[in-house]
Amino acid sequence: MLRVFTLMILAISLATTARAEPLLADLSESEIKITTGFTGAKVLLFGSIEGDGEVVIIVRGPNQTVPVRHKEQAAGIIYVNKRSVAFKDAPSYYHVMSSKPLDDWLPQHTRALFQIGVEHLKLPTVERVGPVVAADFREALIRNMQRIGRYGDVAGQVQFMGGQLFRADLYLPANVLTGFYNIDVLLVRDGDVKAIQSTPLLIDKAGLGATVYDLAYGYPALYGIAAIIIAILAGLAANAIFRNM
Amino acid sequence: MYVHLPIAEMSVNIFLILGMGAGVGMLSGIFGVGGGFLMTPLLIFLGVPSPIAVGTEANQIVASSVSGVLAHWRRGNVDFKMGSVLLIGGLIGSTFGVYLFRELRSIGQIDLVIRLSYVIFLGAIGSMMMVESVRAIWRSRTPSGALRKLHQHNFLHGLPFKMRFRRSKLYTSALLPLGVGILVGILASIMGVGGGFVMVPAMIYLLGMPTAVVIGTSLFQIIFVTANATFFQAYLNQTVDIVLAVLLLVGAVIGAQFGTKIGGYLKGEQLRGLLALMVLGVCFKIGYDLWAMPADPYSIGQIMGH
Repeated sequence: MLRVFTLMILAISLATTARAEPLLADLSESEIKITTGFTGAKVLLFGSIEGDGEVVIIVRGPNQTVPVRHKEQAAGIIYVNKRSVAFKDAPSYYHVMSSKPLDDWLPQHTRALFQIGVEHLKLPTVERVGPVVAADFREALIRNMQRIGRYGDVAGQVQFMGGQLFRADLYLPANVLTGFYNIDVLLVRDGDVKAIQSTPLLIDKAGLGATVYDLAYGYPALYGIAAIIIAILAGLAANAIFRNM
Repeated sequence: MYVHLPIAEMSVNIFLILGMGAGVGMLSGIFGVGGGFLMTPLLIFLGVPSPIAVGTEANQIVASSVSGVLAHWRRGNVDFKMGSVLLIGGLIGSTFGVYLFRELRSIGQIDLVIRLSYVIFLGAIGSMMMVESVRAIWRSRTPSGALRKLHQHNFLHGLPFKMRFRRSKLYTSALLPLGVGILVGILASIMGVGGGFVMVPAMIYLLGMPTAVVIGTSLFQIIFVTANATFFQAYLNQTVDIVLAVLLLVGAVIGAQFGTKIGGYLKGEQLRGLLALMVLGVCFKIGYDLWAMPADPYSIGQIMGH
């Protein structure tokens, strides 16, 4: 909430000071449907900047509470989940793209303020834990999310075309979660964020998959009965078809 | 061609799933087993979250048992009275099992319990079958005329609540099949299996039922127990993926038809030996994964709030 508020203040102040629209950006699609054939999606982000500068894009998926578990060897034989630390408000998706590899041109305090790069992600734990433990579990959360393609920061994905226009391809993996995604586009000049624009992207289930999902979570009893009836009918059909074969 | 599974929330190759269904269906046709004990681990190896593999497999077994029981019913090989007593136990066990599953999932130990159950049960059943089939093969080479008694009498026959099971030619305590039913019901919920691989030996060796009625009766019971497990998994845990279940059962039904024909050409004891090898193989693989140092000791648990 605080983050949104800070960004809002900043956006308003930027809008009032710089009326020349230093930054414009939009998405090729504002909504992505996860249908039965969904294998991931590519969204084109494009825009233009006024004057020179670098562009940083931060994509965040809906926040969730994520428990991270640590396996330890039990009785010297098997590995068992022992300690668990849960993180609240962890983004389900987090990717940073930029027009230049992130180094000195983007000062640390700016990165920390805008949470640019996984090391600057704010990941509060649900329960109070010691700093060393929290750091280990935090790293593990990021590592696991990176492995399944949910987190990442890739430099050079924002390409300039002719100095003013830019474009970037945003890839969403097949395991992407539904909800509102927020895409912040930042114009950085001389180490300062000169302009910022936020664009929402809605990812939603559609078609048969959406119906099944809504039924499973909305009417679980009905869903359970339907699952049984489908199975019984399939069994009877199989028997009828193959009986004389 | 890929299909997005709505509950598992992942994309899978449709032909891979159909092929797995057909492969396991064929094996179940050859060996006359449900195949849940192979399918659930395969789904987990494929990356389906284990709770969803278990819940969905229970759903699929409903279909394969329905199609299997009809053939046995026509031949009169179902002891409905025995089946009903087993069933009462099964309903108690599977309902309790789903609640246990939910509890274990919330404390992050469901994966471990699923895997340990597989190692223990597959290991025990696989070894017993292996010993049995080696003995049978050895015996067939050295003919002997020793007759087996119908069944052994032991302390189990002193239990109260005796009932007469005409079709099984038994007069025994109802507590025994009830207990077997409860155990198998719990397994159905925790392991995503029909439990035939536990129930069939229990019916033969523990209850002393005649072999002819064992398969039909166990299938009869499995239908209701897996249906009950499916309902409660869907109702309490939302772990039944209908799309995945349908894909699996289409493959399984076709595979089973071929399997039954192939099974007719193989000898009983060789068949059991092969099945034992396969059971032990799956057991070894799961056991090794538990024992080996994980690539990353940290993992993400059940995500809340989406």
